[in-house]
Amino acid sequence: MRHVSSARPGILNGLILCAAALCALTLAAPLAPAGAAEEAEVTISIKDHKFDPAEIKVPAQKAIKLTVNNLDASAEEFESHPLGVEKVIAGKGSATIRLKPLAKGTYAFVGEYHEETAKGTIIAE
Amino acid sequence: MLAALIIVFREVLEAGLIIGVVLAASRGVEGRGRAVALGVLAGLAGSVLVALFAAEISQAFAGRGQEIFNASVLFLAVIMLTWHVVWMANHAREMTARLKQLGHAVAVGQESVLVLSIAVGAAVMREGSEVVLFLAGIIMQGASNTAALALGSLGGLLLGAAVSAVVYSGLMVVPLKRVFTVTGVLVTLLAAGLAAEAVRQLSNAGLINVLDGTLWDTSWLLGEDSWPGRVLHVLIGYMDRPNGIEVLAYVATVATIFLLAQRVHQRPVTEKAKLHALAASSRRSGVTDRDAA
Repeated sequence: MRHVSSARPGILNGLILCAAALCALTLAAPLAPAGAAEEAEVTISIKDHKFDPAEIKVPAQKAIKLTVNNLDASAEEFESHPLGVEKVIAGKGSATIRLKPLAKGTYAFVGEYHEETAKGTIIAE
Repeated sequence: MLAALIIVFREVLEAGLIIGVVLAASRGVEGRGRAVALGVLAGLAGSVLVALFAAEISQAFAGRGQEIFNASVLFLAVIMLTWHVVWMANHAREMTARLKQLGHAVAVGQESVLVLSIAVGAAVMREGSEVVLFLAGIIMQGASNTAALALGSLGGLLLGAAVSAVVYSGLMVVPLKRVFTVTGVLVTLLAAGLAAEAVRQLSNAGLINVLDGTLWDTSWLLGEDSWPGRVLHVLIGYMDRPNGIEVLAYVATVATIFLLAQRVHQRPVTEKAKLHALAASSRRSGVTDRDAA
C-alpha cells in the first residue's frame, strides 16, 4: 500500500518531536521540585475501611505531604474531587499524596472502594 | 451490591467510551475489530500486572511512582490517538471513496492497526487495574455478601459495555461522508482530555509546579463527579476545576493534532495543485504558440 504510507515520515517526525518533548518534560520536572522544606506533613491511616483520623486540620496556604497508611489487607482508592486527587493505596501499603497550598476551607475525601464508611475531611485554616 | 455495580460501571464506562470512539473512528479499516480485541486483552493482562505491583509502583520515585506511571500510560495513549487522527485526516477521502465503492473494509498498513491496539490497551490498563484491585478486595474480605458484590460487579461491567455500545452505534449512524470529520474531532478532544489528565497527575505529584492555580470552577453547573460530567470528562475532557497547566496541555494537544493533520493533509494537495498549474501553463503556452504561428 504505497500510497497509504506516503505521509508517514511527516507524521512520524511530528510524533517523535512530541514524544521527545514530553520525555524531556517528565525528566526535567523532578530537577525542580517544590520547596520540600516548606511542606507540612500529616499522616493518617485506613483501618476497617475507615480513615483515622477522619478529620484533618492543616495550615492554609502551605504545601502538604499527606501520608496514608492502609492497614487493611484490601486496596483502597483515596479520592477527592475538590482537591483533584485520585490515588490507589495497595493493601497493607502506604501512599504519599502531595497537596498544593490550600485556600481556607473544607475539602471532603473518600475511599472510593468503600464510600459508605471511608469518609473524611481536610480543614485548611 | 449497588456500590460494586457503580464502581465497576464507572471504570468500564471510561475505558469503554474510548474503545467505542476509537472503533467508530476507524470505520472501514480492515482488522480493526481484531486490533481492538487484542488491545483489550493486552490491557486486561496489564491491569492484573499493575494491580499486583500496585505497592511497588506507588513507592517508586519517592512515592511519585503511581503518578509518573499513570502519566506515561496516558501520554502513550495520546500519542497513539494523535497518530490515528493524523493518519485518518490524510486518508479520509480515499477511505470514504473506497468504502462506497467496495462496501467492505479497506486494507491498510500494519502500523495504522497497531496504534488502535496500543491506544485501547492503554485505556483498558489504566481503568482495569482499579477494577482488579477492587475485585481482589471483595474476594479477600470473604464476606457473606461476596456473591452479591460479584453480581453487582458483573452488572456494572455489562452496563458499562452497553453504554459504550450505544455511543458506538450513535457514531455509526453518522453518514459516511461526514463520519471521519466527526470522529476526528471527537478523538482529538478525547486525546486532549487525556493529556490534561496526564499533566494533572504530574502536577499532583509535585513534578510540575507552574500554572497550578485553579482557573475556573464550574462544579456548581456541572460537577465532574456527576454522571454527565464523567461522560463529558472522558469524551471531550471536561474539567470542572482545571488549573492553568491542564488547560495549556489541552489546548496544546488540540493545536498539535490540528497542525499535524493540516500539514500532512496539504502535501498531496499541493502536489496535485502543482500538476494542475503545470498543465495549465503548458496549455496556455500551447495557445500562445499557436497564436504566434
